Order: sequence, then structure tokens, then C-alpha cells
Amino acid sequence: MALERFFRRKRPTKGDEDQSPAGLWMKCDACSAQIYRKDLVANQYVCPECRHHHRMPVDARIQLLADDDTFELWSGKLTPRDPLQFVDTKPYPERIAKVQDQQQRPDAVVTGAARLEGEDVALVVMDFFFAGGSMGSVVGEEVTRAAERAAEEDRSLIAVTASGGARMQEGALSLMQMAKTTVALEALSERRLPYISVLTDPTTGGVTASFATLGDLIVAEPNALICFAGPRVIQQTIKQDLPEGFQRAEFLLKKGMVDDVIPRQQLKERLALYLRLLRGGLAKEVPEVERAAVI
Amino acid sequence: MPLSFEQPIVELETKISDMRSYAAEQGVDLTDEIQLLEQRLERLKKETFANLSRWQRVQVARAPGRPTGMDYLQSIFEDFTELHGDRALGDDPALVGGLAFLQGQSVMVLAQQKGRDTKENIHRNFGMSHPSGYRKAIRLFDLADKFHLPVITLIDTPGAYPGIAAEEQGQAWVIAESIRRMSRLRVPAISVVIGEGGSGGALAVGVANRVLILENAIYSVISPESCAAILWRDSTEAPKAAEALRLTADDLLQLGIVDRVIDEPVGGAHRNPGSAMERVKGALVEELAALMSLTSDEWIRQRRERFRHLGEFDLV
Ligand SMILES: [Zn+2]
Repeated sequence: MALERFFRRKRPTKGDEDQSPAGLWMKCDACSAQIYRKDLVANQYVCPECRHHHRMPVDARIQLLADDDTFELWSGKLTPRDPLQFVDTKPYPERIAKVQDQQQRPDAVVTGAARLEGEDVALVVMDFFFAGGSMGSVVGEEVTRAAERAAEEDRSLIAVTASGGARMQEGALSLMQMAKTTVALEALSERRLPYISVLTDPTTGGVTASFATLGDLIVAEPNALICFAGPRVIQQTIKQDLPEGFQRAEFLLKKGMVDDVIPRQQLKERLALYLRLLRGGLAKEVPEVERAAVI
Repeated sequence: MPLSFEQPIVELETKISDMRSYAAEQGVDLTDEIQLLEQRLERLKKETFANLSRWQRVQVARAPGRPTGMDYLQSIFEDFTELHGDRALGDDPALVGGLAFLQGQSVMVLAQQKGRDTKENIHRNFGMSHPSGYRKAIRLFDLADKFHLPVITLIDTPGAYPGIAAEEQGQAWVIAESIRRMSRLRVPAISVVIGEGGSGGALAVGVANRVLILENAIYSVISPESCAAILWRDSTEAPKAAEALRLTADDLLQLGIVDRVIDEPVGGAHRNPGSAMERVKGALVEELAALMSLTSDEWIRQRRERFRHLGEFDLV
């Protein structure tokens, strides 16, 4: 749903690519402090003044999580089709071509293999700067393939989500990606391979209502907006003010919807610890017969 | 209230009934004239409904008088016995479920329920479930598995409810969980979109081996109004959005999102609910019989593969 909003707001692309003198400094959205862009980048896009977690480009996210020189790209060979011949104020292929050019990738997700503190993982990282991270057929297929391949290669899966929801321009096919990605996770479950989802700002709509919230563990970044229906939609429906901090990570932690809220600087070590703990179970399973007797 | 494009049909119907009463009162024989008009009416209905725009189909899918979930539960199933509650948060009237016989076979049946009038609509929250509704669905899927009951779901919702409590109770989480739970059913599952298939709230109970749709029903990632509000920045452009979204039964069949379209009686299900419901029953009985030859593992595999292959893309 986010593709058009993305264009209208003219958000900066990629986040860190602005090399013009004017781009050397930026104002933090949260505390309004003038910050030197290089400091922000060096600080994993966390404001040095107020600790606000800014949205992070995909490459930086991969660098944050993968051990040096271990990331092997899987995605990037699939590109959107226009099955509906969708035209609003512009044809869908035109919109896609433009954003592909901006972001230098065919769609809103990057997947690949990596090591994370030595643990074999598959990474799924969504690109909110690509059409608002909306999920159409390509995103659904890439997530699905990554989950299936992770299972084949005995890797844990880490998904870092950021999405405005389903991609309207692919209609009900986008909707079906919710079921497709959900079903793909079964391969991991069957092999008892951990799947951890990391919800980042913003994770909404069809992505939240599918693979993003099906992690064995679900963690969120501080202050990330995580929801099914966006705050504006809810406000329009109920015509009331929303509670303080509504749909933010800390609020969801209190409501019992996420396992923890983890600052970005600690994310990698925490994920590694989770993986070691989850994969450190008893080497042998209790035989089915005995287990049945216990139950 | 008739839909605007139905006006000529309604006028002709009125004219026929006027002629009938006139003939009766005055004792004149107008049989031939009436018969002629009736033929014209049939033609008019057929033509009107064969050439509906996508936006007009949206109107038909939401038309007052169109059979709702409960109508089906009470008329095409025998001994429908409602089971209430999710055992945690309450009982959601927007999603009704229970046990029933379908032509002698016990089944678990779930239906999304809009109201048949304003009062019921308020009670049913216009067919928009809270998390409790999806939790109830998950509970009933568990029960169906345990007793090997085939699952039938009737889809008719504008979408999952967007409200404060719904978000606090994890609307997204339960939709995802319901999708997963349904995909794991060890029994055959059939879904029928009987009216409005609204986004994730519909898909949550739509992960079936066979997905059927009534001729004038719709299934969409977003409502035309919301889509128009975002893409055209004007919700009155909904007719354009409805065209662009390709949300009609025929569109969805072409895209592989549904497996079968069930024809409605001429003039739409709201003009002849009984006949529409009988057609749905016929299709359900047929589809269920065809699925019976598989095993539990095969039902799961078939369902997974069905959804695994949905999506269209090109190689770079
Ligand atoms: Zn700041």
C-alpha cells in the first residue's frame, strides 16, 4: 500500500547516499539536533544525541549483522511483472523502473547467506526505501525461497522487516504472498531451525499479518511502529485520539506481543545468543512413544 | 433499495405487477402482453448483469438482501450447531462457527457474518472481526483436526477491524496464526467467497484446498475506496480503483487466486437467495467429494503447493 505514498513524500533514497554539501548535516526527526551525517552512519543510524533509531539502509543492516566478508547474496534475480496492467496516475511498470533505478535493486527485499557470530544464518532484509517496502510477488517469492533454502542448508533464518504492507498494484496476488510466505516457514519448523524476526520501523499491514509475526522469537527495535492497520486508518475509523505510544515497540512489549525490544547496538550479540540458546537443546529427542506416555 | 443500475429492471417489474393487478381487477386478459414483458425482463436482467462494470459488481457483492453467512448455515447445512467463544477474550459475533452436516457429512463450518439490517450490522460489527474472532477460528480448526471434520469457510468481510483494542490484542499476530493454522489442517478445507473478500481479514480463513467464489463476489487486497484514497487521493475515485484492482470472480479465476466460479441466478444472489444458496451447496458437495480420495498428508501438501505457486514475476 505504500508505493504511492512513498513517491508523494519524496523521501530521501537509500538514506546515506547524499554526498552533496547540504547532505553533510542533517536534522534528527526526533530531537531536532543538527547531526553530522557521518556520525549518524558510524553510529548505526542511531542519533548520537537522543538515541532515536533512524531507518537503516539494507546494506548497512547486513553489515551490522553479518560477520565480515561472509554475506553471500541470494536474491536479485527476480523482477516484478505487471499482471494487472495496473495504472493509477502512472503505470505500475513506470513506477517500478524509477524506484529500481533509485535503489539499484529489482525489488524491496535482499536475501542471502551469512555467518552471525559464527552461526550459519539466512538473512532477509526488507528495504523500506524501495516503494515503502511493499510486498508483491517478488518480495513474497524471495522470502519464500530464502526460507526454503535456509531449511535445505541447515541455517537459522533472521528476517528484518520494514514494510508499508501489501503492494496494491499487484492486487490480490500481493495478498496471497501472505499465505505463501507463511507456508514457506513450515520447512524451517519441520527441521526445528530457529526463525527470528526483527521488526523495524515501520512494519505494517500484510507483512505484519504474515511472516513478520510468525517468528519463534519476535523482537523489535526501539520505538518502531508495528501494526496491522496504520494509526491514521484507526483514527478515521474510531474518531478518537490514540493512546500515548500506541503501536510502538515498547507498547507492544507491554501488551505481550514481542519477546523483547533491543537497541540496535546490541542486536547482533543478542541474536547470536538466541541462536546459541535455541540450537543448544538436547541432542536427542525423547522418542515419540515415551513422550505420548508423559502427555 | 435497488442498486442504481437495477432501476430499469425494477421499473419493468413494477409495470408487470401493475398490469397483473389491472387485469385481475378489470377482468381483462393481458396474458400475451404480460408474457412479452416478462421475456423482456429476463433479457434485461441477463444483459444488465452480463455487462456489469467492476465497480457495479462491488455494489452487488455488498447488496442488501444478498444471503449472508448465517443464511447459508441455516439453509444449506443440516443441524448447524453454533460453537461460541475463543476461550480467552470472548465471543466475536462477526465470525460464526460450529458443527453441521453437509448432505449427511459432518463438517466444521465457519462464516464471516455481516448484518441483515442495521441492528444486526452493529451487533456483527459489519462483519469485521476482532482478534477474538480469529482466535475462535483457530480453536475450531484444532477441533476439526481432532475429529477429522472437513472444514468449510464462507468469506464475507470488509476486512479485519482496525481499532485500538484490536491492535492491542495483536490483530496482525492472530491473522498470521490463523493463516498458518489453516494451512496445517489435516482435513480437506474449502472456502467460498460469498460476498466481500476483504484483504488479510478474509485470507485468514481462506487458506483452503479449493477456493470458490460466487459470480458477483469480490476478493481484494484493499477496498476500492481505500485504494482510491491512497492512489488517487480521493475515495470517490473508487470506480477507477475497482477497475485497476481486478477484483471480480473472473479476474481472480484468471489470476489463479480462485479455483472455481459459482454462477448466480440471473439478476444476482440478492434477487434469488434460495437459488444462489442451492448452487453453493451443489458446488460444495461436489468439491468435497472430489477431495475425499486424498490422505491427510496429501491435503496438506496440496494446500501448501496451491499457495506456494501464487505470484507473477520475471527473471532480471
Ligand atoms: Zn535525535
